[in-house]
Amino acid sequence: MNQEKTLLNQLERILPLVEKPGRYVGGEYNSVVKNWEEVSTKIALVFPDIYDIGLSNLGLQILYENINQRKDCLAERAYSPWQDMEDLLRQNKIPLYSLESKSPLKDFDMIGFTLPYETLYTNTLNLLNLSQIPIRTENRGKELPLIIAGGHATYNPEPMAPFIDAFLIGEGEEILLEVIDAYQKWKKDDLSKNELLLNISSIDGVYVPSFYDPQYNPDGTFLNMKVENKSVPKKVTKRIMGKLPYAPTRFIVPSIGVVHNRIAVEIMRGCTRGCRFCHAGMINRPIRERTVQEIIQTIEIGLENTGFEEVALLSLSSSDYTNVLELVEEISNKFAGKNLTISLPSLRIDSFSVGLMEKLKGSRQGGFTLAPEAASERMRKIINKPISEEMLLTTAFEIFKRGWHTIKLYFMIGHPSETLEDVAEIAALCKKVLAVGLKAIGRRAKVHAGVSTFVPKPHTPFQWVACDQQESIRQKQNLLREELKGPGLKFNWTDPKETVMEAWLSRGDRRLAEVIETAWKNGAKFDAWQDFKNYDIWMHAFSDANLDPDFYVHRERNIDEIFPWDHIYPGVKKTYLKTEYLNSLSLRLRSDCREQCYACGITQTFNHLRKEDPGIVWKCPNLSPRKSKNELSIPN
Amino acid sequence: MWERTFRRAKLPLAYSQGFHPQPKIQQASPLPLGFLSDYEIVDFFLEQEMDILPLEAALNNSLPSGISVNSIIKINLVEPALQTQTIASEYHILFLEEFDSNKIIESIQDLKSKKTVIRSRRGKSYDLRPLILDLEIIMEDSCYLKMLLKSKDGATGRPEEVLSELNIPVEFTRIIRKKIILAYEVQNNN
Repeated sequence: MNQEKTLLNQLERILPLVEKPGRYVGGEYNSVVKNWEEVSTKIALVFPDIYDIGLSNLGLQILYENINQRKDCLAERAYSPWQDMEDLLRQNKIPLYSLESKSPLKDFDMIGFTLPYETLYTNTLNLLNLSQIPIRTENRGKELPLIIAGGHATYNPEPMAPFIDAFLIGEGEEILLEVIDAYQKWKKDDLSKNELLLNISSIDGVYVPSFYDPQYNPDGTFLNMKVENKSVPKKVTKRIMGKLPYAPTRFIVPSIGVVHNRIAVEIMRGCTRGCRFCHAGMINRPIRERTVQEIIQTIEIGLENTGFEEVALLSLSSSDYTNVLELVEEISNKFAGKNLTISLPSLRIDSFSVGLMEKLKGSRQGGFTLAPEAASERMRKIINKPISEEMLLTTAFEIFKRGWHTIKLYFMIGHPSETLEDVAEIAALCKKVLAVGLKAIGRRAKVHAGVSTFVPKPHTPFQWVACDQQESIRQKQNLLREELKGPGLKFNWTDPKETVMEAWLSRGDRRLAEVIETAWKNGAKFDAWQDFKNYDIWMHAFSDANLDPDFYVHRERNIDEIFPWDHIYPGVKKTYLKTEYLNSLSLRLRSDCREQCYACGITQTFNHLRKEDPGIVWKCPNLSPRKSKNELSIPN
Repeated sequence: MWERTFRRAKLPLAYSQGFHPQPKIQQASPLPLGFLSDYEIVDFFLEQEMDILPLEAALNNSLPSGISVNSIIKINLVEPALQTQTIASEYHILFLEEFDSNKIIESIQDLKSKKTVIRSRRGKSYDLRPLILDLEIIMEDSCYLKMLLKSKDGATGRPEEVLSELNIPVEFTRIIRKKIILAYEVQNNN
């Protein structure tokens, strides 16, 4: 009590001195404050970036509601303080605290970091340090909180392995509660920390890196993972929910302005398109849909609970949601006249999508977004995203005709097979779309090209591919900049330094941990903020560790290479990924796997879930004695 | 914040006409960032008449922690807008650090004796003195400053400006608005 009083006194003095003090005070509508005396297990959930960005993260919201529903647990939140607040916290020796009860993070039983992308790693170390907690597992005893992490980046956990006690791979709803149960039992039995780690390592989906010892070849490539303890699994398979559980409805309503002020509802998880560059599409299989009724109900209750005016319907490919038309019609009927903004991103490029967007009766302000990714036939076959130019132009015409003035087109450059001609076609395509717009609505038409740079990701068919060299990327961007000058055109791009920063982390091994630590110690933070002023710090950190970033970024992998993340299994077999990689080399297209199963491995891996509950509806074929077709493609 | 509260409470809040309908909620004087308050006034318009008690209950249920409705009165639609009726705000300034009361008494006397106090705010200069209607230090069980500052459109006295003139750093204080004074109250008192 006394401790809290002192902290509040200190905060009262420093909050007037910082930008947006509302980031650090909590008290939001729908935040849950429980009595610490009445609860046995306390978990801090942390998004390692500032409040404005982290508050609306759906993953954390799901876990927050899940944990707080249990009478014996509580969950509270923390975010990265901005630099001005961090300086004051350090100066005044105030340890990082949770928003709800203002408790220091080091007083919690567990701290769970969500890691959706790799550029949050230095912030994660910084948050541990701000909490006055040693950043390395080996330096933390059982009196300190258990440090766990989940999220998409953890499918290659190795760069963060020395800092995180346990990674929870996959969908967190069940696995986190199981870890809490194991923790509670361990606490009662009063055993060593190692006992705790051993216990939780037996939970499906939990990866405890301290039981795994990476071995390397003389040339620096990965040899294998040595596992001394026989009771620890050699391979950790992700956890998934067979059926999507209830969707969160008690969204925290910020008292200040943040990036997103809306209800987010997942309409489905997973994707069957098979785009070869897409990490999310590979690791989130299989497709599991929510029913239209469930979605409508979630929106209703969510609006009642929050008073928000905006709803975002989330999925990787909305057009593939089976009942998307019914959903959109029901939504526009049910919520007509309520001033609601509904966003349905990730739509396929066809006129049907335009009709859907129209039905949602949203404002035409933001522009209509399409993601062709590639402009030349050749590149489309390589990445496996075949969208015909004709379809794009027809759809664009519809979009302009029906009231939108701006079309945003997302493209990707940087695949090593790409030529300058391929890139020139991107510019040409944008101009064709603009021409269509000029015909449809005259000079009001605008085309914004958002061109991101390809980063090869683990567990995708492109995990063997080299990332394009910086000079090559710049050359391509210069070409686009030249070509996309002029009225009605806008060109957004990513600095190649940002790209390589993501690239060396995403396919890094455990040796990278030293680089991350050194970079953080020398001031690297907020790497996701695209200021790339940290680039030089990272380069020095690499040379201090005697490692070459090019080895991780620009090296094409040998087809038989063992990867430092092979022991983490997303349910999609490496042989399938290899086949897809070889298909990309021979320009072979693969259809949506609902039309034809390519036996990626997901149904075998999770067969037990379907057996337990035959009512589960995935978009995978039913298992039959005869094996489904699987065409192998070998390049000449 | 108010708009979302009304929506959660499912109250029939009225909106203005036009392309971008705005909720018909008017504050007497917005409370600056970092201030506390015992007394804020907000006017709002509903589409239909409602009884006060259920209205108050619905709002209090939907407000975030830290704000509660003290009372609601029904007013005539022909009453002038709340901002035009607002005349002054009374603040109490509590001290978070040790202070020298004699020094402060001196500074207050000094300030009050001046005819003009030219200051600059957001690049514009203005005279603070006429905006200070009353200023004194109260020494009871607890010590605090009491200020009554003008609160009108274009002529609003801000407590931090007065504290700056008194050489009291704002981080050492807690500022609480105790009352907003409306025109008809002044009339009634006369």
